[in-house]
Amino acid sequence: MSITIENINKHFGAYKALDNINLEVNSGELIALLGPSGCGKTSLLRIIGGLELADSGKLLFHGEDVEARDARERNVGFVFQHYALFRHMTVFENVAFGLRVKPKKERHHEAEIQRRVHELLNLVQLDWLADRYPAQLSGGQRQRIALARALAVEPKILLLDEPFGALDAQVRKELRRWLRRLHDELHITSIFVTHDQEEALEVADRVVVMNKGKIEQVGTPDEVYAAPASPFVYQFIGNVNLFHSRDHAPWTEQHGDAVAYVRPHDIDISRTPQDDTALPVEVKLVRAIGSIVRIEVSADDSSELIEIELSRERFDTAPLVCGDRVFIRPRQFRVFETGDANELSAA
Amino acid sequence: MAQLAASSKRVTTRFRAHSVLPGFNLALGFTLLYLSLIVLVPLSALFFKTATLGWGGFFDVLTNDRVLSSLRVTFLASLAAAVINAFFGLIVAWVLVRYTFPGKRIVDALVDLPFALPTAVAGITLATLYAPHGWIGQYFAAQGIKVAYTPLGIVVALTFIGLPFVVRTVQPVLEDVEAGVEEAAASLGAGRWDVFRRVIFPAIFPALLTGFSLAFARAIGEYGSVIFIAGNMPYISEISPLLIVAKLEQYDYAGATAIAVIMLLISFALLLGVNALQWWTSRRGVR
Amino acid sequence: MAITTRIATHESKAVTLLFIGVALTYLLLFLGLPLFAVFYQAFSKGWDLYWVALQEPDAWSAIKLTFIAAGIAVPCNLVFGIAAAWAIAKFEFKGKSLLITLIDLPFAVSPVVSGLVYVLLFGAQGWFGEWLQAHDIKLLFAVPGIVLATIFVTFPFIARELIPLMQAQGKEEEEAAVSLGASGWQTFWRVTLPNIKWGLMYGVILCNARAMGEFGAVSVVSGHIRGMTNTMPLHVEILYNEYNFVAAFAVASLLALLAVVTLAVKSLVEWQAKRSGEPLHGA
Repeated sequence: MSITIENINKHFGAYKALDNINLEVNSGELIALLGPSGCGKTSLLRIIGGLELADSGKLLFHGEDVEARDARERNVGFVFQHYALFRHMTVFENVAFGLRVKPKKERHHEAEIQRRVHELLNLVQLDWLADRYPAQLSGGQRQRIALARALAVEPKILLLDEPFGALDAQVRKELRRWLRRLHDELHITSIFVTHDQEEALEVADRVVVMNKGKIEQVGTPDEVYAAPASPFVYQFIGNVNLFHSRDHAPWTEQHGDAVAYVRPHDIDISRTPQDDTALPVEVKLVRAIGSIVRIEVSADDSSELIEIELSRERFDTAPLVCGDRVFIRPRQFRVFETGDANELSAA
Repeated sequence: MAQLAASSKRVTTRFRAHSVLPGFNLALGFTLLYLSLIVLVPLSALFFKTATLGWGGFFDVLTNDRVLSSLRVTFLASLAAAVINAFFGLIVAWVLVRYTFPGKRIVDALVDLPFALPTAVAGITLATLYAPHGWIGQYFAAQGIKVAYTPLGIVVALTFIGLPFVVRTVQPVLEDVEAGVEEAAASLGAGRWDVFRRVIFPAIFPALLTGFSLAFARAIGEYGSVIFIAGNMPYISEISPLLIVAKLEQYDYAGATAIAVIMLLISFALLLGVNALQWWTSRRGVR
Repeated sequence: MAITTRIATHESKAVTLLFIGVALTYLLLFLGLPLFAVFYQAFSKGWDLYWVALQEPDAWSAIKLTFIAAGIAVPCNLVFGIAAAWAIAKFEFKGKSLLITLIDLPFAVSPVVSGLVYVLLFGAQGWFGEWLQAHDIKLLFAVPGIVLATIFVTFPFIARELIPLMQAQGKEEEEAAVSLGASGWQTFWRVTLPNIKWGLMYGVILCNARAMGEFGAVSVVSGHIRGMTNTMPLHVEILYNEYNFVAAFAVASLLALLAVVTLAVKSLVEWQAKRSGEPLHGA
């Protein structure tokens, strides 16, 4: 089921949580809403789920306006950040809840409920926990039960609020891949909220980057990483070096107040000037981190550090040590007017 | 979620923020209706009735010797009882939190007895115990001290009534005092008494003060447990609530109401103090 | 170092014993002894007199009236407590903290004053006195007045217990239920109520103990008509003032038994809540 969001606004008092949001989600897509806390991503998710009302704007599911439908009629599965499992019910009863509260004429027979709950528990690979209580589960297990519970009512749309936020790093990674596989199996239109760029890039079909109640960019993980649409996206996704054109970015050929954004791995480093726009720098720090080597350099007249990342193989062909004097030149960069950058630094 | 809760508090344009949960109007409507009918309207009658006295009449009641004596007895006895409870309540809380001994759970449960035991039962029992020939009273009598039927008896009854307050407010805070802080202080060379005085006591002091105020406030209004043991001699051992009853029995409704209003104002001031104290300590980040 | 630190955060044996001794003596003197004395006095003239005292018709009617008053007051305040806690804990609205303060109000009012306000309303000279008399309705010095006064003094008990508990639990579980298709009642019965059951029981027990034991407020509105408007605590007073100590303590022993049962059930609820890992009180 596709989702269309048109001109949605939301205030909390004087605070503007959502500022004229427009978004199209295709049927069967897995979308990440990515942004820092307070950017409005959770509000948007809750509005789609019917847990919050927009001040203005339109929300369409498969072309049909659902503004008037309340949460229980939207057929949306919602997975809460802290799971919100019913603490006094067993895992089985948690998952069965959505089936048991259906109006009498729609309700399945007990045997059918049993069958479907076990099917779902098998799907999340936790059938053996059916008789436990939420308090007896690990974080990752609770997360999967919360998902099974949301799926029990056969939602057309699945919404997940920071689904991995409360888990430790290892479990997070596993669950991420698992969620992706599950989505490939079920193809339910899904939106999840996250502040973790790695999570968004790894799991989602498309990423919606939000900041201060606005959408900064919508694109595939590749697009938002390789071609950020704004300084904010540049800084929020991946590491980035800022070059103020007037002094240290002769290659930009820019005049006036503009800033060049360069990824650390997009910088060439050489002992001889690549061309007349190369910047002479001194190596301040060399540190190998796993498969990459991170080098920090600074220009002679500046204390600002420039970060460069090289693959280990590449570094090994021409090793550097602290104090070496070298030249750098970006392979790829993007220039934004300072006006944008100011906005960025305020973010 | 956290940011949402924080921001929804900022709603200024509407009376309430939207929620998907039903029943707000019904629940709040019933709450307000019930609150008004049972509490607010009856209490307002108190102030309207006092108003019929006028300032002069109100002042006359206030400055009446018997009324003043009763207020003094009530106030002083309540204060004494609250002080006793603050001191012993702190020790009881300390013992219940820090030490183990046989029967501790029963003792812990027993602390709430004054909340559960009807005041009249407490009154007649204490009067019997502290009477000159009573189990406890005889030892005092041997020293020439009369407890029952004197202001001292009032203090005894009010001590009983207020006993759980200090224990129950200090106990959880004392449990929360981190062992690490004490260990740090000890490792810095502080002696046990220093640790208590400089580390533990400041942490539990707000709770102690809250418990003290609650016990004090409760004691000021107390009636049932006191009247049996007090002797109820006007000017000497007559408490204000009893004077209200006495005035009612003489159909002096306005006089009774005037005393009631004064007592109410004292209680409010005390509870306001407690609230301010809690607000202040929560702002300091100390519970 | 570890050993000295350990010793440094404990008192010496002598101080420990002194503290325990002081605490236990204090509690024994003020709590244990009175509790024991009630039963001792009640049975001081033997079982037979005890039974006779309890079988007296006036005692019986006092017992009945006490149960009636509590039987009405507790459910009323239960419904109120749940409604108030639902509105306060699950919704954001203006004036919430004022409302919470107002709910606490009866705790700040002397029991005698609690009775007095109803005299001012329904008494012969009261606001509604004439109207009530004209319609031949008797509230004061009758059962309705006793019930009203009892409701007033026990008003905050259950709400006080539920509000912080439900605030601490938040509303995510209810939102989850609604998003799974549950109706308002289904959400309340299947999700909210099971989550607050221990806190609810706790509040009900304390509310009931106070309702059955209330003396001051009821004393003012009851009129002390023997066999008609006397509750158990009032009956105890009358018997005691008549120097009928055995009978007074016999009835008192029933109330003391109620207190003991209350404390036992309260401890049991606390223990159960702890065992099932559900906090009994809010944050």
